[in-house]
Amino acid sequence: MRYVAAKTAKEAAGLLAAEPGVTRVLAGGTDVLVQLKSGMVEPDLIVDIKTIPGLGEITAEDGGFRIGAAVANAVLGEHAGVVALWPGVVEGANLIGSTQVQGRCTMAGNLCNGSPAGDAVPGLVAANAVARIAGPEGTRDCPVAEIPAGPGKTTLKKGEIITSIYLPARPERASDAYLRFIPRTEMDIAVASAAVSLELNADGTVKAARVALGAVAPTVVVADAAARILVGTTLDGDTLASFAKACEAVCNPIDDKRGTIAFRTRTAGTLAKRAALIAHARAGGSK
Amino acid sequence: MSLDEYTRREFKQVGTRVRRPDGVDKVTGRAMYGADATAPGMLTGRILRSPHAHARIRSIATSAAEALPGVKAVITSADLSVPEDEFIRDVQDNCMARGKALYDGHAVAAVAATDAATARAALKLIKVDYEPLPHVTDVDVAIRPGAPVVQEGRALENVPAGMSANVTSHSEFGHGTPAEGFARADKIIERSFRTAATHQGYIEPHACLASYAADGKADLWCCTQGQFFVRTLCSAIMGMEASQLRVTASEIGGGFGGKTTVFIEPVALALSRKAGRPVKIVMTRDEVFRATGPTVSTSMDIKIGMTSDGRITAGEAHLRYSGGAFPCGTVDMGGQAAFAAYDLEHVRTFGWNVLTNRPKEAAYRAPGAPQAIYAVESVIDELCQHFGLDPIDVRLKNAAKKGTKSSYGPTFPDIGLVATLEAAKKHPHYSAPLKDGQGRGISCGFWFNFGGNSCVSLNVNTDGTIGVTEGNPDIGGSRASISLMAAEELGIPYDRVRTIVADTSSLGYNDVTDGSRVTFAVGLATIKAARAAIRLMCERAAKIWGIDAEAVEWKDGAAVPAGPNAGKFPPMSLAEIAAVSFETGGPIAGHHEVNVDGAGVSFGVHIVDVEVDKETGATKVLRYTVFQDAGKAVHPSYVEGQMQGGAVQGIGWALNEEYIYGADGRLQNPGFLDYRVPVASDLPMIDTVILEIPNPGHPYGVRGVGETGIVPPLAALSNAVSRSAGIRLCELPMSPPRVLKALTGAG
Repeated sequence: MRYVAAKTAKEAAGLLAAEPGVTRVLAGGTDVLVQLKSGMVEPDLIVDIKTIPGLGEITAEDGGFRIGAAVANAVLGEHAGVVALWPGVVEGANLIGSTQVQGRCTMAGNLCNGSPAGDAVPGLVAANAVARIAGPEGTRDCPVAEIPAGPGKTTLKKGEIITSIYLPARPERASDAYLRFIPRTEMDIAVASAAVSLELNADGTVKAARVALGAVAPTVVVADAAARILVGTTLDGDTLASFAKACEAVCNPIDDKRGTIAFRTRTAGTLAKRAALIAHARAGGSK
Repeated sequence: MSLDEYTRREFKQVGTRVRRPDGVDKVTGRAMYGADATAPGMLTGRILRSPHAHARIRSIATSAAEALPGVKAVITSADLSVPEDEFIRDVQDNCMARGKALYDGHAVAAVAATDAATARAALKLIKVDYEPLPHVTDVDVAIRPGAPVVQEGRALENVPAGMSANVTSHSEFGHGTPAEGFARADKIIERSFRTAATHQGYIEPHACLASYAADGKADLWCCTQGQFFVRTLCSAIMGMEASQLRVTASEIGGGFGGKTTVFIEPVALALSRKAGRPVKIVMTRDEVFRATGPTVSTSMDIKIGMTSDGRITAGEAHLRYSGGAFPCGTVDMGGQAAFAAYDLEHVRTFGWNVLTNRPKEAAYRAPGAPQAIYAVESVIDELCQHFGLDPIDVRLKNAAKKGTKSSYGPTFPDIGLVATLEAAKKHPHYSAPLKDGQGRGISCGFWFNFGGNSCVSLNVNTDGTIGVTEGNPDIGGSRASISLMAAEELGIPYDRVRTIVADTSSLGYNDVTDGSRVTFAVGLATIKAARAAIRLMCERAAKIWGIDAEAVEWKDGAAVPAGPNAGKFPPMSLAEIAAVSFETGGPIAGHHEVNVDGAGVSFGVHIVDVEVDKETGATKVLRYTVFQDAGKAVHPSYVEGQMQGGAVQGIGWALNEEYIYGADGRLQNPGFLDYRVPVASDLPMIDTVILEIPNPGHPYGVRGVGETGIVPPLAALSNAVSRSAGIRLCELPMSPPRVLKALTGAG
């Protein structure tokens, strides 16, 4: 096994593209090191990207924020600007692992790990976040929603790495929220999760909504039909009930040790309903 | 039973919260755990495990692994002899499969290599030719005639004909005629229950270092609850004399019963014998879950009759326990414990042990009792709900007390159940108001406790300090408690006493640290060893004073003349006597060896408040209080810790912990991610109330406290969930999907 700490994104992409064997990209290492220790993977090449200049930084850009791929989630959680603009994204990222893991793990790593249950992903998808990707053929931007391709799989091509994730600007009276269900209170993996991002009109009614559900399908699910139910409402009881049902309708989960199909489906609806209320309150809605 | 040991006294040190002797070592990392042992030339051992739940092993080809550079030994069961003793043979066959792999994770071969990477590579080169066989992991399936048979020919004669060959034993306990009692009941409730196998969940994985010498003697360092029993098992498996195998116990990162047997130690010894070098084996967490012993999985039918004023007229239990792929007697303890808390005229329990393709059961804190008592306490609670009776009043009405003929035979001496129930009833927790949607549950719990073989040496050092040598790994504060009892008896400060855990060549046999026995039994031996040293010190003082030894007595840490007729001498302190001991006859020591009887049974009552989220099925534990009889709490902080720890393990068992098997018979959750023990943020502070009803069988009145605490939480939680959510679950764990399904019919 070779280990290389790349000095530039270009060098990293070149090394990964040229390696015929198994490769892994290392940033925080909170997935890769566990896989190595447990013998799940025996890579030929590990490329460490966390010392590449700029990858550890959060920068303001066009009213939004660009989050470097090596920014630890604990650092993200202490960034007042990001927390104020996208609290739901940050709370999802900050649910991953333990306090110690938070000091290392990254949103980009969570995204690239390809788990349908990744806690950082639904929030990013609901936020319409965009990943910047460096590859052998240069740099490209891609919506985060288009990165996951199935359990353990992404749409990234050989040699491509994510260098940053952009969280866009948003208007006044807008906010987001993320909730997950786990059987205990921490140190666990989502059995179902929901992120809801809302923009409100001056009267508190919902102007625009975007909803993403985690752990209920091979990839994160964008629940557009459900989101439309919220538009024009103030999230009254009937609206929330039909919203939850619409969320359940787009779930396609597996039955496994962590939860049954019925449990995951129903819980995704419940969480989406609760997350919508939190986002609404954060955005300055009446509730 | 020895019921005349206790004499009432005012304690000066016993009952205080002195500083624990192992604390600094443990928080600074200086403490040596199982994996910390090293030896020159040490090899790394690793074990190849069956991926099949049940498979015949046609052949094992090891030559490619043996040829790998760096590999120094490869072993299979062919490298071990076949012990005649059935018990030893089962232990050995569990450590290394012979003929058949009996569960997913069963060891089939092992290698010793110069490093871990080589050992891992070597495992991949071992070719095992398996013939997969039909498997069975569910106790209710395994008991049916026609189920796949895990092991043939293991049934004892008391198993009725016509049952599956998986049924290995049957037991019956009780008295009276239940049919008569049921005829007098105003209401009879019959329910069937199931509980999942749960693992002890100790933080430290099993680890050992074995060094087998060319002249046939060997040393073994390991993480265990009983180095002497390890010696018994390993010397039998290795065909060695006990004297030739020295076993040293490391500090222990939890055991809870699971480290009372061996899994890797004979493998490491056999590898070391073959390689001619020391071999260390450290289990991964995956191996701990798949190949060490969880407790039994169960299926139980309970029938209880009650009059409308809350008197239990009869109780009956049918218990089907599975201890995995080998015969196991845990169901007997379940049958004995099921109704032990109650004074019943008519009671009967029937137990069956059933083989399944699961790892061999190991002891887990009050083995067999939590399951049966969960089922009984659930039905009693349902009867209380039916009649609208207070659950503590009903238990008080039926409580066993001094003179009660217990459901398992013996007549109880002084016991603390009524006092414990009364303490619970008058505690503010029991009357605190609940909000809508919250529920409160209670349950009683019981454990026998144990005494056993104990051997203590107490050395009086010339500087006036004391060294106590005992033979039980300190798993719950025993060094502090033993030092406290020695200091109390000798009348010297606690910090003048240091207690160490000796290896098997340094002391006579001591039973395993189990049965909540150490503070009770080793404590008793320590007190008597101190009394032996005191007798010697009185003799030395008598010699110095020139009077009869009988005319000297021990008071407040010093020899004094027994009365005015003995002569007028100032008190001679322990330190003064010790300082001149070389001139008065030589070193001073006391020792005591005994097979201790008279362990007092222990009862507990738990109260818990919960709130069930009716939309997700998640149960939040809001408040928890443990009431337990400790006899005498030698070190109250440790006693509270035992009570809290038992409650927390029981909460995990009730809510989330379970061995989950797939259709392929493989364990689905061999890690702490999906085997969910509670984390700190899942729990409220566990409040404790220690009751002290002296045990007549101990000089200070001590009872074991380590196990009773895990018994009540299962039913207490289930009873609370029933009141919060309005549903009665009869299966553990009450995981959110299961609760939501019960609430909604979906899931």
